[in-house]
Amino acid sequence: MNAITIENLTKKYSTGTLALKGVNLQVKKGDFFALLGANGAGKTTIIGILTGLVNKTSGLVKIHEFDLDHDLNRAKQLIGVVPQEFNFNIFEKVEDIVVTQAGYFGVPRQTALKETAHILKALNLWDKRGQPGRALSGGMKRRLMIARALVHRPKLLILDEPTAGVDVELRHEMWNYLSALNKNGTTILLTTHYLEEAEQLCKTVAIIKEGEIVKSGTVKNLVNSLEKQTYVVTVNKLIGQGKIQDFDLKVIDDSTMEVDLGLNQNVTDLVSLLHENGITVKDLKPKGNRLEQLFLNILKTHDTKK
Amino acid sequence: MQTLLPPVINQALYFVIFGAFIGSQIKNIHGVPYMAFIVPGLVMMAVITSSFANVVSSFFGAKFNRNIEELMVSPTPNWIILAGFTIGGVLRGILVGIIIFIVSAFFTHLEIYNLGIVITFIVLTSILFALAGFINALFATKFDDISIFPTFILTPLTYFGGVFYSIKDLPVFWQNLSRLNPVLYMIDGFRYGFFGASDVNVAVSAAILVGFTITLATIALVLLKKGAGLKT
Repeated sequence: MNAITIENLTKKYSTGTLALKGVNLQVKKGDFFALLGANGAGKTTIIGILTGLVNKTSGLVKIHEFDLDHDLNRAKQLIGVVPQEFNFNIFEKVEDIVVTQAGYFGVPRQTALKETAHILKALNLWDKRGQPGRALSGGMKRRLMIARALVHRPKLLILDEPTAGVDVELRHEMWNYLSALNKNGTTILLTTHYLEEAEQLCKTVAIIKEGEIVKSGTVKNLVNSLEKQTYVVTVNKLIGQGKIQDFDLKVIDDSTMEVDLGLNQNVTDLVSLLHENGITVKDLKPKGNRLEQLFLNILKTHDTKK
Repeated sequence: MQTLLPPVINQALYFVIFGAFIGSQIKNIHGVPYMAFIVPGLVMMAVITSSFANVVSSFFGAKFNRNIEELMVSPTPNWIILAGFTIGGVLRGILVGIIIFIVSAFFTHLEIYNLGIVITFIVLTSILFALAGFINALFATKFDDISIFPTFILTPLTYFGGVFYSIKDLPVFWQNLSRLNPVLYMIDGFRYGFFGASDVNVAVSAAILVGFTITLATIALVLLKKGAGLKT
């Protein structure tokens, strides 16, 4: 069964902008789903519609079995949302922000207090519980928004660029926390600009461009479908520009070149070939991550088709 | 303090200037001294302003800071959101009204003719203007928008609503024009609760007040359902 079902979803803003052009999307229960796209592609509009902050123009949206048109409040009960921008009362205390949110979802006060303590401890915010929201650092504010979204134990967690502006260490902490949450059964829908984040965390991705889903599938299948992948090779001497057997080479500097590997080529063959030509490989690594390459390829293909 | 004290100081100045200094030169109205006559109007004026200001500022503030989204993403029914903000406005309005009534005791002696009518009118009026504040805040997109209605509509209606005079003392044309002002019925009905005398039939005033309250509550709920001023 799906946690999210979207059929022919369109959104036209009063300014005339057509933000969504008949989006179809399914997110299975228990999935960790990434919605990828450039700025203005329509990701936040989709999230806005799912969470009741944006009115859709047409189409069907269901959260579990609840249609937003008929069972909006029952659908909302299942969702926890971490928006892109901070939207809590900066003058309120950290603990109060979380407890109050639990109240909005009908959680009894005593349960809310216990749950808040549990989440704030898990997210390393317990020591800050008595401080007003404005006193927190950027990373702490992000964690506070996650705590607030989880306090009523939602079945579906929606994260709109949750790690934007977060330092590397904290980002990894948040990845671990979210992975554990997903393993415990929470469906997660994530939008992010960090494609390595999506590749690391998510099982399924959809790529949206100009209000249309242009590709979707499991991360594994999508990255395996990459027709070529570029590697950066550091060598002791250069072999020259162009082709060596079936490998495309591009010289970058005195000791570095880029090699495109197709679906039927592998790294071992490349290293052997270079070795046969008297070249020692000092280092070899992929240029960017695979999902990033796929993302760029798809967007380029989409532009060419248009 | 910053929400309760300013209206009290404001109304106390009215008591001193209009009631004590100027009022001493004015004849009785409805058989009561001028100072006593203006007390219900001044109390009601503060109730109207305070209940409106409370809701318009708190709701617009939540919109401006975007923490209203906490409520919007939750399954909280619209009527509870509306009731919550309205009750806040009503409590502030009534609290300010009570304090001003107590302050008025330093200037004049006032007996209550019918406590039920006093309570009915003060509660209904504060509900009505809390609802009006809520609707204003829904449409407001900048801070200027929350001061336009109180400055250009609410204040003139209140001043021309019979706070300082009985409309029976006006020429017929102005009497009839005054009857188009909804604030007149609130002040007049509330004043009836103190003196047992009014310019308009108290039942008519109550009916008009109830009608306006139901209308504004319905409008606010419809706007909330549509997401007017909240959803894009």
